[in-house]
Amino acid sequence: MRVAIVIVLLVIGSVAFHFLSPWWMTPIASNWTELDDALIITFWVCGAVFIALNLFLAYCVYKFSHREGSKATYEPENEALEGRLTFWTAIGIVIMLAPGLIAWNKYITVPDDAITVEAVGQQWQWSFRFPGEDGVLGAVATEHISPDNPFGLNPGDPWGADDILIDDGFGELHLPLDQPVKIVLRSNDVLHNFYVPQFRAKMDLVPGTFTYIWLTPTRTGEFEILCAEYCGRSHYNMRGLVVVDETPAFEEWLKEFPRFGQSDVAAAAGAP
Amino acid sequence: MTTYTTIAEDTRPLHHPKTWIGKYVWSQDHKVIAIQYSLTAVGVGLVALVLSGLMRMQLAFPGMLEFITPDAYYQFVTMHGMIMVIYLLTALLLGGFGNYMIPLMIGARDMVFPFVNMLSYWVYLLSVIVLMASFFVPGGPTGAGWTLYPPQAITEGTPGAGWGIIMMLTSLAIFIVAFTMGGLNYVTTVLQARTKGMTLMRMPCTIWGIFVATILGLLAFPALFVAAIMMTLDNTIGTSFFMPAIISNNVALDHSGGSPILFQHLFWFFGHPEVYIVALPAFGIVSDLIATHARKNIFGYRMMVWAIIIIGALSFIVWAHHMYVSGMNPYFGFFFATSTLIIAVPTAIKVYNWVLTLWRGDIHLRVPMLFAIGFIFTFIHGGLTGLFLGNVSVDVPLSDTYFVIGHFHMVMGVSPIMVVFGAIYHWYPKITGRMWDTMLGQAHFWITFLGVYAIYLPMHYLGFLGVPRRYYEMGETAFVPESVHLANVGITIAALTVGAAQLIFFYNLIYSYFKGRKADPNPWGATSLEWLTPDTPPAHGNWGPDLPKVYRWAYDYSVPGAAQDFIPQTTPPGPDETPHDH
Ligand code: HEM
Ligand SMILES: [Cu+2]
Ligand SMILES: [Cu+2]
Repeated sequence: MRVAIVIVLLVIGSVAFHFLSPWWMTPIASNWTELDDALIITFWVCGAVFIALNLFLAYCVYKFSHREGSKATYEPENEALEGRLTFWTAIGIVIMLAPGLIAWNKYITVPDDAITVEAVGQQWQWSFRFPGEDGVLGAVATEHISPDNPFGLNPGDPWGADDILIDDGFGELHLPLDQPVKIVLRSNDVLHNFYVPQFRAKMDLVPGTFTYIWLTPTRTGEFEILCAEYCGRSHYNMRGLVVVDETPAFEEWLKEFPRFGQSDVAAAAGAP
Repeated sequence: MTTYTTIAEDTRPLHHPKTWIGKYVWSQDHKVIAIQYSLTAVGVGLVALVLSGLMRMQLAFPGMLEFITPDAYYQFVTMHGMIMVIYLLTALLLGGFGNYMIPLMIGARDMVFPFVNMLSYWVYLLSVIVLMASFFVPGGPTGAGWTLYPPQAITEGTPGAGWGIIMMLTSLAIFIVAFTMGGLNYVTTVLQARTKGMTLMRMPCTIWGIFVATILGLLAFPALFVAAIMMTLDNTIGTSFFMPAIISNNVALDHSGGSPILFQHLFWFFGHPEVYIVALPAFGIVSDLIATHARKNIFGYRMMVWAIIIIGALSFIVWAHHMYVSGMNPYFGFFFATSTLIIAVPTAIKVYNWVLTLWRGDIHLRVPMLFAIGFIFTFIHGGLTGLFLGNVSVDVPLSDTYFVIGHFHMVMGVSPIMVVFGAIYHWYPKITGRMWDTMLGQAHFWITFLGVYAIYLPMHYLGFLGVPRRYYEMGETAFVPESVHLANVGITIAALTVGAAQLIFFYNLIYSYFKGRKADPNPWGATSLEWLTPDTPPAHGNWGPDLPKVYRWAYDYSVPGAAQDFIPQTTPPGPDETPHDH
């Protein structure tokens, strides 16, 4: 009896906790409502199963606890019942998986009209690079990294000259509102992860290769970047900030930053 | 009459040790080795528990304990995670329960390779000593996270990147050697040393769980082994398996061309099956606890066995669900999400069958059964949250947040530990010949069960919010409301309470060992062989002059028409009885 009551109370308590606690998904600021929808479908399917299974558990514990003279029913198996349960479980799985896979397909498919920006991680700060008018990020390599060339741009690559470099130590990135953006991710040292809770999207930065996410900011405001892949002793301090602006304000902001072509390194290499 | 040619037939007397040291230290008796394994695992597990208490202190009261610097915090996280998963749970469930239960439950006198079995323990102990020694090396233990991802694990920005990581990888390699020696023993013993009549489909679920888990371990640990060696080579002689050209501390390192993601594939090719190496023995054991204390056969035994086998097999094709946001080829996401959610089907069937075993049972709510029910509840919770993380796009916002911490603690921390406790209470009377105290057992159950839920339920919600894991402190973060700090205080109080409540458990076991009431040889009225030994605790060689003979499966509970509500496996069928069999 007592055990059954506690299980019921735990179920009620969990549901109450869900509705009463102040913690739920941080209000979204990007197009990734599909991710939230897939999550919510999963939540309700799983929540229903959680409630049903545990209430049945409580019922069994209450109803079939040993009493003087009680005896268990002998029933080695019940294939029909097991078959039905398997079938309905499979249906539940499909209901959750289908929206998940559809959202994933969208998540990894960058729309054609997306602008590009690169986010670079290096223990333990963020810097950013826009490709400039040509829309192409110049080639980079670790061997080119130096105090004068923190991005490691290849001075010989003409595509790099108009790249706009944002490396002011604050890790602040502005993005234009309602404009799809592909964020190319790159690390100079170890794994990091570009994570803005309000954007939902998230991806590791992997040294030696490039990764990406894409999203469309849907409201203006300031959103913190948190590193979400452990990257050493100051991982918890590897913060940055995304500021979503109306397009004119964004363009104003972008003007303040230098082009790679203006740097000493580029000049020394005689780049155009 | 059929002639058997198995090792089980071999009834020559075993080598009986004469000295105390031979009996209890360099022992080749599977039961003594099991106790050695268990005590060592629990001992090192206590270290991990204390570390978790310290981490919780830091999370609730940042900066209060001054010795918990960021470096120390990350070292604690790493050692806590690694110890819990490998050196406690794997060692306890396979080295401890596997060793104790396999020969007894299949009717063998011992493991087939007793000497290798002994060696396995001593090598395991060495791995633990190396691991503990890493607390005392220059720079301290590694703080790379239990996943040990390079390049970070071996570059300067990570605490313990000098000595610590070398000690960790060495210790892991030694552990794997120990595991392999033990594991080959368990598999061979199950296959070769079953007594007459003990067909595979008459084995108790406990043995099935341990057997399949061991096979998984033998196939999965090599991946970790090679990863450990490759990383050690990267670290010491400058190879570049996992190291691309990078800079560290403003200097370009002398590496190029390696792939950090390759390490992750190797790690999780081991790491995911590892979850089941811990879970399958727990699944098996809990099935037997439930059947015995509900006086009912495990519901759908065949299905339960096949589910264990299918889960085990599928566990090798889901590993990259830990890597959805790792930067691997994004198209892998489709495959791994599908394979992962398919595993949910056999897993769900197991859950249904546990509950259906209770249904129309005759449930005795003794302490082992309480823990079994606690397991069902926590496993349902942890299993369901796994569907979030397995479903690739749902994982995106949740990965690397406290949702993950909540999920895996429920599913592979709390629920197996519920089974471990239940199993200890269940078999303690056989192992020690004494009974434990019921009141203390119940107190231990209630505090632990309710306490862990109080710890982990809120964590899932912090994860929804977006609070990242492996954060030494949150500091001021705009999206994190003040109430989260309150939650952290509450969680820490619950964690410290649960930690302290384990003292009740240890007190109960130790006190009962000396002062407990003498136990009945088969106090629960169980059918399986381990309860039918001539001596309690079982003597060296287990069975006296003759091995037991098995006539039926292990689940003849409440059979209509039988005199008692259980029929031991050694009871021949009555004249007009057709025993349930496969
Ligand atoms: C009362 C018991 C426990 C408490 C309070 C506890 C607490 C914690 C905390 C605070 C963390 C670090 C969270 C972070 O900063 O990311 C953690 C990590 C972890 N714990 Fe536990 N834990 C407990 C038991 C267990 C058990 C039984 C296991 C066995 C599976 C386990 C496995 C892990 C693992 C694998 C990690 C991840 C380590 C990493 O991030 O590298 N814990 N635990
Ligand atoms: Cu980081
Ligand atoms: Cu996994």
